[in-house]
Amino acid sequence: MATPTPRVRMPATAKAGETIEIKTLISHEMESGNRKDKDGKVIPRKIINGFEAKFNGKQVFKTVWHPAISANPFMSFFVKVPEAGTFEFAWTDDDGSVYKSEQKIAIG
Amino acid sequence: MTDLLKHPDRRTLMMAGGAATIAALLAPRLAVAAPAQVEAEIQKLYAGRPLAEGKIKFDLPSIAENGLVVPLGVEVESAMTDADNVKALHVFADGNPNPSVASFFFTTMMPKAAVQVRMRLAQTQNIVAVAEMADGKLYTLKREVKVTIGGCGG
Repeated sequence: MATPTPRVRMPATAKAGETIEIKTLISHEMESGNRKDKDGKVIPRKIINGFEAKFNGKQVFKTVWHPAISANPFMSFFVKVPEAGTFEFAWTDDDGSVYKSEQKIAIG
Repeated sequence: MTDLLKHPDRRTLMMAGGAATIAALLAPRLAVAAPAQVEAEIQKLYAGRPLAEGKIKFDLPSIAENGLVVPLGVEVESAMTDADNVKALHVFADGNPNPSVASFFFTTMMPKAAVQVRMRLAQTQNIVAVAEMADGKLYTLKREVKVTIGGCGG
């Protein structure tokens, strides 16, 4: 499978204290572990089991995902921007890989 | 009608076919979580603590055409201050092979505890959300979603 590509949509600038919506998407098949291949063998589970957002190194939001999350998981949430800085997003795969993305936000 | 009377064989055949279909529908295709399993998951997290109704709002379709991608929006009413905020939100589905859907952990950097994801639903079932507030109170909400085409395994 191709390397999962994270995509993040959020404003590049905000006023101090403004609420912004962050929408994230990552390409991943989210194999549930419930499906069988054509020989009747169970296809092993391989999902992204967690997502985390940090702002200037401080944790903002964390989630735990189970196989019931759809392929190419989408996640939207709201954050109050206190100052200019960098958002870091990290998705953790069942195989231990971590997919990361960074997004800067300016005050203006 | 006369046609059916003239051809009893065809009628017997149809009835046998119907019975087979019903049997196929009744036989579980997948081991699914029962409401009791959702209850057990909640007990694992918050053993014996009382659950109150309210505070939670769902943004869910009442009929999902495709069980593979069902949009789920949940919002928990809270001021999100240091004293009054939502610590965690757990979502369960009682008709999926695995009752857990997702857990969300909020901080006061978030002005509102509102999230959106897309989930898989194997069949028509209830979605259950449990929210844990900073003061230790627990809130819950349950909603049914009808699923036209299931989205787990197969």
